[in-house]
Amino acid sequence: MARRTNPLRTLVVFFLGIAVMYGLVALAGSWSPALGLDLEGGTRIRLAATGDGVTTESLDEARGIIDARVNGSGVTEAEVTTEGNKYVVVEVPGDSSQSKLVDVVKRQAQLRFRLVAQYGAGTAQPTAAPTATGSGEPTPSTTPGGGVLLPSETPAASSSSTAKPSPTASPTKKATGKNRAPFVLPDDSQSADPTGTATATDGSSSTGSPTGTASPTATPTDAAAESKDPVDKALAWQQNPDEKSLAAYNAFACGTDTRSQSVNPNTGEAVEGDNPNWPLLSCDDQGQKFLLSVAVVEGTDLSDASAGVPQNQLSWVVNLEFNGHGTEAFAKVSNALVGTEDLFAIVLDGNVLSSPRMDGRINNGRAQISGSFNQESAQALATSLRYGSLPIAFEKDVSVETIGPSLAGNQLSAGIYAGLIGLMAVMIYCLIYYRGLGLVVLASLIVAASITYGVVLLLGAAANFTLTLPGIAGLIVAVGITADSFIVYFERIRDEMRDGKSMRVAVEAGWARARNTCLAADAVSLLAAVVLYIFAAGVVRGFAFALGVSTLIDLVVFFWFTHPMVSWLSRFRFFNQGHKLSGLDAEALGIDKINLGTPATAGGRA
Amino acid sequence: MGKFSRLGNELYSGKRSVNFVGRKWLWYAMSGVIVLLAVGGLYFKGLDMGIEFVGGAQYKVTVADSAPKVNQTDADKIREAVAASGIAGTESPVVNTAGERSIIVQVQTLTTAQSEDIRNVLAQTMDVDPTNGVSEEQIGASWGKDVAKRSATGLVVFLVLVVLFIWAYFREWKMSVAAIVALAHDVIITIGVYALSGFEVTPATVTGLLTILGFSLYDTVVVFDKVRENTKNLRAVRMTYPEAANLAVNQTLVRSINTSIVALIPVGAILYVGAVQLGAGSLKDLALALFVGMAAGTYSSIFIATPLLAHMKQGETANKQLEKRLAAKRRHQADDRYANVPVFADDLPVRDESDDLEDDDELAEDVVPPATTTPAKPVPTGRGRVVPQASRPVTPSTAAGRAQPTRQSRSKRGKK
Repeated sequence: MARRTNPLRTLVVFFLGIAVMYGLVALAGSWSPALGLDLEGGTRIRLAATGDGVTTESLDEARGIIDARVNGSGVTEAEVTTEGNKYVVVEVPGDSSQSKLVDVVKRQAQLRFRLVAQYGAGTAQPTAAPTATGSGEPTPSTTPGGGVLLPSETPAASSSSTAKPSPTASPTKKATGKNRAPFVLPDDSQSADPTGTATATDGSSSTGSPTGTASPTATPTDAAAESKDPVDKALAWQQNPDEKSLAAYNAFACGTDTRSQSVNPNTGEAVEGDNPNWPLLSCDDQGQKFLLSVAVVEGTDLSDASAGVPQNQLSWVVNLEFNGHGTEAFAKVSNALVGTEDLFAIVLDGNVLSSPRMDGRINNGRAQISGSFNQESAQALATSLRYGSLPIAFEKDVSVETIGPSLAGNQLSAGIYAGLIGLMAVMIYCLIYYRGLGLVVLASLIVAASITYGVVLLLGAAANFTLTLPGIAGLIVAVGITADSFIVYFERIRDEMRDGKSMRVAVEAGWARARNTCLAADAVSLLAAVVLYIFAAGVVRGFAFALGVSTLIDLVVFFWFTHPMVSWLSRFRFFNQGHKLSGLDAEALGIDKINLGTPATAGGRA
Repeated sequence: MGKFSRLGNELYSGKRSVNFVGRKWLWYAMSGVIVLLAVGGLYFKGLDMGIEFVGGAQYKVTVADSAPKVNQTDADKIREAVAASGIAGTESPVVNTAGERSIIVQVQTLTTAQSEDIRNVLAQTMDVDPTNGVSEEQIGASWGKDVAKRSATGLVVFLVLVVLFIWAYFREWKMSVAAIVALAHDVIITIGVYALSGFEVTPATVTGLLTILGFSLYDTVVVFDKVRENTKNLRAVRMTYPEAANLAVNQTLVRSINTSIVALIPVGAILYVGAVQLGAGSLKDLALALFVGMAAGTYSSIFIATPLLAHMKQGETANKQLEKRLAAKRRHQADDRYANVPVFADDLPVRDESDDLEDDDELAEDVVPPATTTPAKPVPTGRGRVVPQASRPVTPSTAAGRAQPTRQSRSKRGKK
């Protein structure tokens, strides 16, 4: 066992470590801890839901998602509540200059991958004939004669698909959840309206389309299955958009307000909003307009999103990872589009983020969104995407106001006051009971307190850790638990001395036993901290964090301060000869005579 | 102090001991009554769940543009006025300023009449019009079902892991059971105190409960560590399991008392300041939960966990046999104390070897161990023939019909 190290050296290293920590604090630049909502107040963001489909359930679900977004990373202890039947209120500690946060919170984050059928300059074209395709359109497949109904594609086929929602089953199941706007089967209209029927179905079987690679993955023999798969349908539609959509596309203009419109396949009427099951007209940042297919991959198919800078690149991207279904659909799309000039578009909340060409086959379900991101915006988008999209949209203008603390000002001072009194009492008790050793307790507690303060400051800078009143109470309680380690240790030393060991021996022997006891007991606390941090949310998470930190500090102080300190002190005659004030004299131990550790010579004493 | 120290030594040596383990039914009964009271309180009174859990009503007081800006003093004034209004459900309102012109007051869900009252209180306090100056909204829970569910999942996972951890560390699943029972005891009592005192349950309460959870287990592990140490070699120390466990509890008693004093003093100070000096506020609720829970945590480690553990271990066959043997031996010793004084033998140990600690320190050589006169091998007494002591090691081989003494060749004798 390598415990023959010089205790003084351990102490010096330990204090150097503390100095380094405070150096870091000095770099971070704030010397008072960030206080939580209840003590200092913060920012109150009130979002008003818009659109129909706002129910108590959807509002509550939105609340949950927003909660995950603000509390998901770090331990801010923000509060998210619903108010009335249409508001979600987010309260975040700290000052109000967090415009980034408003974005993260408010963004609906409905991410969809769609296929680009047409694109061009974002102005309306008055010649609304379907043949008059816009300038610079690379898709040569928009032949007006595409709308021929093949005999095999009987209305029966489409009516069967109307009867049960299986054709669009995979996205539908997700879509019919509370997470989506009311879903309308596009096929519904196709059986009712012959021209409508031609739109989606004819393309899938029109092998005569110039880009014959349109659906290479789909088995051509199984035409029925092919037409039932929404991705195949969309791929076919990309080659042959229906006339109504084209007409709507031509009439569409990118304005400041109209960013996206969904085209109702029944009527060809363009309505505001992003309906995943309808073709979409949308614009990107450069003012180009797009005619996009129905969504082929949905944001709900994401399993993870993160921001990062790829190797050998400089700009920030958002990395996406799809789940099984998303991977499958995305692979199909990528196989169909690779090698062609066709584009697909990544649409976020109705806006085209980017419209890349497919450069390679992507079968592993990983994709990147690149664009004009900086670190903040990439991270904000990744955070929004990671916790899912909101089932409802919110109004553009949100009310942001500064709120005061919810606890009276005297509570903080009273809490700290009480804590200090308590700590003083603890120290006095230890001094009376342990006398000389009590000084070690005192020093250990002071060291533990200073480390805790430093860690709180550092975490405030690094992880937005804020101190709430319960948090402060927790830290005060943690001091009591920290003191328990010393008590266990000192009682062990005393027990060993009662067994007749000299103080110097007892210090080491007691350490060997107390160490195991404390490790086992602290392991339980650490276990609680880790498990609760992983599973819980909000306040409980903050608590788990504080518990873990204080337990670790307990161990650090116990191993690298208290023990070396005691073994160093045991070299002094004051302690090892059992001075009356050392706390280790015969009277304090309750025995008649302590072993003074004088070597027993072979012949005994004269 | 001297007396307490003397007591500490006597508790350690076992000269004086409190029979914690033996009077288990008394402790069980006491705890049973308290737990029943707690459960009864929970059942009949129920918990007063805070706004964070069940939602409530929110009033927004907006002052006129001409009036001075609102500040923290106004918020404090409103908090006191609302708390003093005597309307049920408004004992601990959440009040904060919002922007420069308004103050938000959150209370539990109120009836229309109560709502009217509170509006008047607010209007009076801030000197605004009750209808135009005060707006009302229903607010939802920030601690919805999903948060509760996730926290509960975390808790269950933690408990399962703790059971496994204790089982793995002590190699004794009965310790896991005893620790969990003690934990349940502490948590139920704390919740019961909440129900009986009528304090509002807030997220702070939840963190308080979790702290107790951690503390209770921590304390139990510390005590059990000593129990394991004492019961590791029961035959050598010639004690039954309950006796050894009882000695362990007595030996850690001083630690337990000190720890509970040190842990409870700060909490007590917070409780005092919170309840006496401040009145309303979340501080006193939290401190109460912590105080009761930590006291119960120390209590249950000594009075519930260890007796329960000994109770369960007592039933094991090995321990039963040991107990029987020891009882017989003690009976015999009581009959004739001097029959057992050992004759001096060469290999008579000078000291008790039960001390399992490896004294790998060279300083340890200095220690003169207290000589004890324990016989090398206990002579089986009271039954059958007395087996003569073998003077040399015997081989277990049965080649000669019975075990034979072994003797090494002369050249090897003396070397080892």
